[in-house]
Amino acid sequence: MRLITHNMLSCNIKGVTNGFPLRIEAGNVIKKEVDFNPDFIRHMFAKLEWKALVEGARSMGYAELPEDSPDAAVLESDESFLKKLHHALLELHLEEGALVCPETGRKFPVNKGIPNMLLHEDEV
Amino acid sequence: MANRPELLAPPEIFYDETEARKYTSSSRIVDIQAKLSERALELLALPEDGVPRFLLDIGCGSGLSGETISENGHHWLGLDISASMLNVAVEREVEGDLLLGDMGQGLGLRPGVIDGAISISAVQWLCNADKSSHEPRLRLKAFFGSLYRCLSRGARAVFQVYPENIKQRELILRQALQAGFGGGLVVDYPHSTKKRKEFLVLTCGSVQTSIQTGKNEHDEGCSEDDSSEDEESGMVSMSDRNRPKKRQKPNKEGKSREWMLRKKEQSRRKGNDVPADSKYTGRKRKSRF
Repeated sequence: MRLITHNMLSCNIKGVTNGFPLRIEAGNVIKKEVDFNPDFIRHMFAKLEWKALVEGARSMGYAELPEDSPDAAVLESDESFLKKLHHALLELHLEEGALVCPETGRKFPVNKGIPNMLLHEDEV
Repeated sequence: MANRPELLAPPEIFYDETEARKYTSSSRIVDIQAKLSERALELLALPEDGVPRFLLDIGCGSGLSGETISENGHHWLGLDISASMLNVAVEREVEGDLLLGDMGQGLGLRPGVIDGAISISAVQWLCNADKSSHEPRLRLKAFFGSLYRCLSRGARAVFQVYPENIKQRELILRQALQAGFGGGLVVDYPHSTKKRKEFLVLTCGSVQTSIQTGKNEHDEGCSEDDSSEDEESGMVSMSDRNRPKKRQKPNKEGKSREWMLRKKEQSRRKGNDVPADSKYTGRKRKSRF
């Protein structure tokens, strides 16, 4: 699972109002190179929850993203920033670990890079 | 097809390790899935600006449809309920992220983050109650509601479905409309039983664009004034307009047979179990009743 997905996932348990972002318990993180496309990164930027991304990246061992969400000018011109964002979003894979709901503490295990988001009968 | 898979077992059991491998190694299936995925992507009508989008593949299975998405230059997130199928996807090193989850439980994605969704041969699984705690209508509601929320303005969802019968297709359509989607059905090769394929194209938000027409055997779009039946024309469009409610005046004539038949039909459409209409329906009873 990459951070681009983690930034969109929230806890789906019935009654949970504050299920985003899921806290990452990183067991095994690997890096896989992906072709850099600045247009895609700019397109995705508008949808991201910046704080969740920075924290998630830190849990996966990448602390190069700035704390504050950068403004449009940086997005247009600063390619090194775009490359860092690209690396964080698409090249870091959580292979083993867990995603933890911030409200209930329920753990969604991650195996072989696949988070198990199946809810139990009583959570639906 | 001898037997529909969804009548044999729930998807996470039907698609076990053996079936998952069989499914993915059958060149015929691979070919069909690739064609269906290409067509679904076409129907998504993504802007042709060269910018890759972030798509959702619902019921992604072993990643056959996901590969088509990657080949078209987009990034994707896949959801499936069968761990065996997803394991095959991992083995094939698909480029999208995979989630093990049940679409009938809701997608759990933040609002407005998905640029488009496709689903190849998956949504019909929602119509079966695989557990006693399942109520298909509620699952469809959870699915379409959460899908509507996570799609961005103007995004589309395209489902290739094999509905078992008209009732099932109507159930799916109705739930989609209730969730707020607009859209229509695109039927390719409507006159051929083998080649006929149905795509449910759902639109989100007020962007009014035209839905493509289905293909016929000459590989052209069907013209709309072709046939009058829904089955045969390429396109059925529908939208849920907010009708202003009329004030009901109490009916002085009482409840006629016609009224009864109408009410029964309404109840049937909702999915209730209604006794069949016969010559006894609305018959005048003896005065003591």
